[in-house]
Amino acid sequence: MSTASSTAPWNRSARFTSNPAAREPGAIRWLVIGVALTFFAVFLLLPLLAVFAEALRKGWAAYLAAISAPDALSAMRLTLLAAAVAVPLNLVFGIAAAWAIAKHDFRGKNVLITLIDLPFSVSPVIAGLCYVLVFGAQGWFGPWLAAHGIKIVFAVPGIILATIFVTVPFIARELIPLMQAQGRDEEEAALVLGASGWQTFARVTLPNVKWGLLYGVILCNARAMGEFGAVSVVSGHIRGQTNTMPLQVEILYNEYSFAAAFAVASLLALLALVTLVVKTIIEWRAGAELRPDEAP
Amino acid sequence: MSIAVRNIGKSFGSFVALDNVSLEFPTGKLVALLGPSGCGKTTLLRIIAGLEYADRGEVILDGEDASDRHVRERQVGFVFQHYALFRHMSIFENVAFGLRVKPRSQRPPEREIRRRVMELLELVQLGWVADRYPAQLSGGQRQRIALARALAVGPRVLLLDEPFGALDAKVRKELRRWLRNLHDELHITSIFVTHDQDEAIELADQLVVMHKGKVEQTGTPREVYAAPATPFVYGFLGAVNEFRGSIDGDYLRVGTSALPIVGGDVARGQSAVAFARPHELEIITDGGSGQAGIGATIKRIVDIGSIARVELSGAACEEPHLYEVELPSQRLAELNLAAGQPVRLVSSRLRAFAQGERS
Amino acid sequence: MATPRRHRVLPGFGLSLGLTISYLSLIVLIPLAAVFAKSAELDPAQFWHVVTTPRVVASYRLSFGAALLAAFINVVFGLPLAWALVRYDFPGKRIVDALVDLPFALPTAVAGIALTAVYAGNGWLGQYLEPLGITVAYTPLGVLVALIFIGVPFVVRTVQPVLEDLDIEFEEAAASLGATRTQTIRRVVLPMLTPALLTGFALAFARAVGEYGSVIFIAGNLPMVSEITPLIIITKLEQYDYAGATAVAAVMLVVSFVLLLVINVLQAWMMRSNDKAHA
Repeated sequence: MSTASSTAPWNRSARFTSNPAAREPGAIRWLVIGVALTFFAVFLLLPLLAVFAEALRKGWAAYLAAISAPDALSAMRLTLLAAAVAVPLNLVFGIAAAWAIAKHDFRGKNVLITLIDLPFSVSPVIAGLCYVLVFGAQGWFGPWLAAHGIKIVFAVPGIILATIFVTVPFIARELIPLMQAQGRDEEEAALVLGASGWQTFARVTLPNVKWGLLYGVILCNARAMGEFGAVSVVSGHIRGQTNTMPLQVEILYNEYSFAAAFAVASLLALLALVTLVVKTIIEWRAGAELRPDEAP
Repeated sequence: MSIAVRNIGKSFGSFVALDNVSLEFPTGKLVALLGPSGCGKTTLLRIIAGLEYADRGEVILDGEDASDRHVRERQVGFVFQHYALFRHMSIFENVAFGLRVKPRSQRPPEREIRRRVMELLELVQLGWVADRYPAQLSGGQRQRIALARALAVGPRVLLLDEPFGALDAKVRKELRRWLRNLHDELHITSIFVTHDQDEAIELADQLVVMHKGKVEQTGTPREVYAAPATPFVYGFLGAVNEFRGSIDGDYLRVGTSALPIVGGDVARGQSAVAFARPHELEIITDGGSGQAGIGATIKRIVDIGSIARVELSGAACEEPHLYEVELPSQRLAELNLAAGQPVRLVSSRLRAFAQGERS
Repeated sequence: MATPRRHRVLPGFGLSLGLTISYLSLIVLIPLAAVFAKSAELDPAQFWHVVTTPRVVASYRLSFGAALLAAFINVVFGLPLAWALVRYDFPGKRIVDALVDLPFALPTAVAGIALTAVYAGNGWLGQYLEPLGITVAYTPLGVLVALIFIGVPFVVRTVQPVLEDLDIEFEEAAASLGATRTQTIRRVVLPMLTPALLTGFALAFARAVGEYGSVIFIAGNLPMVSEITPLIIITKLEQYDYAGATAVAAVMLVVSFVLLLVINVLQAWMMRSNDKAHA
């Protein structure tokens, strides 16, 4: 995954195209571009356009009706709720992890970094499954929870937990390399100048990583709102209660309400597009800030 | 304020960075910690600042044991090698930082902060960059801002880690002179770390030469240069010619030749190494077969300005050995030397050390 | 001073590390441990039987085979895409660059139905492929298409920065020594990109093996033919066969851990060779 520090690549190709030692013949160049763009169009662009085309197939009225249906609205509410819980928790976690890992030395650091990445390499289905095994009727705490009338799996808490699981690494993995690259000099300088630990963190560390932080939050939020596999396992698929937007898409689709399914999907696709736009802006802003001669 | 360290020891894993170091730093002086990289000088500076804690020993600030005092409470000014300016703050805010983070009761009013910061920016001759950001300044300017920021809190001592290390040669020379003047003005007890002998000699009142976690020698630049205490100091401080042989009375025997020695306390018959600066060697051309001096052949003569440099290859040792002699141009003309000419080298100031001491 | 002191100058270490480890344990590690704990409750023969029934084995073949092939295709096409983005100018480049990350941002369920709409028999592309005898949707080929989609950014985003940072002097040196452009790319540039390409391959593969949302809509999910392993787990869960689901999940988890290890080794290699490229 790219990090916030990677600079905008689109205006940097001149040094290659103008260099006779690093330039391909025109025909080859256009062939490569042609292959790249065809691949891009077939696998990325067409599916994206299809979402919006299918969503509007039955006209705007049907579209608006589909996205304002009560079930759709309650799915939106649940999706927003899950993200509203998962993102702040993972934000606190990400900051704590990055502070410990980037600003201190300790044994087992690399193991910890690997463990933080773990949710990325675990199938979302397994993420959901493991909460069923812990909190489900047959699970470790199942009988106790049942006795106390608490429902986690196949209910809203399970959906939130599964969402947190799959989004754990997002913010931490943006912050850790960024804070490692920035070193400890500035924090030490602040301490020498008499700042307390909290002042050092709030006035020096945090402002220095604000773009990376925002970047992580944006990606974390996109995944939190869009997670399907993990949530699907722990959701009871109860309409109007335990359905998130992606689950609602599935239900509508399986009922052959294609236009409605794509209408709800188009909202998620819009979210994805907004995410990409914000992400690109952050890369552009952070890139400008990191290049020494163009600082504000 | 006076600074002293006693029996400081510090290891990183199996690497011994500082081995039982004890030093006194006189009040109001500018002291250089000089040594090659990895000799422990930066670690010592960071321990004095409180950015690192020693495994053993004490740091004494103003006669008081400060070993367990947090860096925040030590009231030291520290200038980082790469300046560590806060990149997201303007220059003004950088310098004001130390004043702004004071507890409310001790924090000066805004107008006072403004006055202090501008005063310091004027002191480092950079009043006009107050609204800029660190990334917009040159290396030399950043260095001066880092110093202004360190001075803002009224530190009792000033510690500088390789203050000119990241600058190019010309700026380095200018800033050196400027820092010396500033120190003469402020008289704040200062310690700086450097691996550059010229910088240390030109700038410091006192030198501390360090090697492999130990102090090799302390003294004024003149003392240390004129009378190096160890072979290491000899080799590290200034150009030097090296002679290996064994001691025979007041002579060092090198192969079939003998050189008279002045200093050193090496037992008779012991193998030894002796040193002479390039200007402490004399070239003899009369080719006399006397035992005085060591045979050498002239390789190259560099005659620019008032001092000429002659490079010679030695003949007395098994392995080829290069010598360097400096002499006034006038003297060179008198000697009428030519490349390839066999000559003899004698020294009036050869100091010998027992062999094996040299690392 | 007999006791050595051990302090940390920067504060908050205990708090931040404590928080990190507790959170990670509660949210990730302990629940994952439950998978192994539960699968250990099965006796070995039973476990072996569950994870080797023909239907499950067929799903492994599909999940791993399609993931491998998809990752390979992503390398083949991701390299030109990264190359074009770094080295060439063409209209719409900024938009293409931004949209490469679409599979990260687009919910997998949306991707699944969108790909189905494009590749179904009456879809935008499907209608032209069907007469050629190529049926994508509801076949293993559909699984492959979905896995290619979600793998695109992994390869491109791993190769792109390396290509960007590659010092042009290497190519200038090769050219000055008389190498043709093809020789330069084949013998100088590509070897330097190999660690990044392999890392991208491994990342895309790891992601594809566990992928669920984008696959199930386009796969058709026919047992023995187009049923992926994560779907087997879900199906077993829906039949209340917790033991069976857990056993299959344990197998997948072990594979994931091995992949994670491989990726770590590859990334360390990539970092080392990057350092060399800057020397």
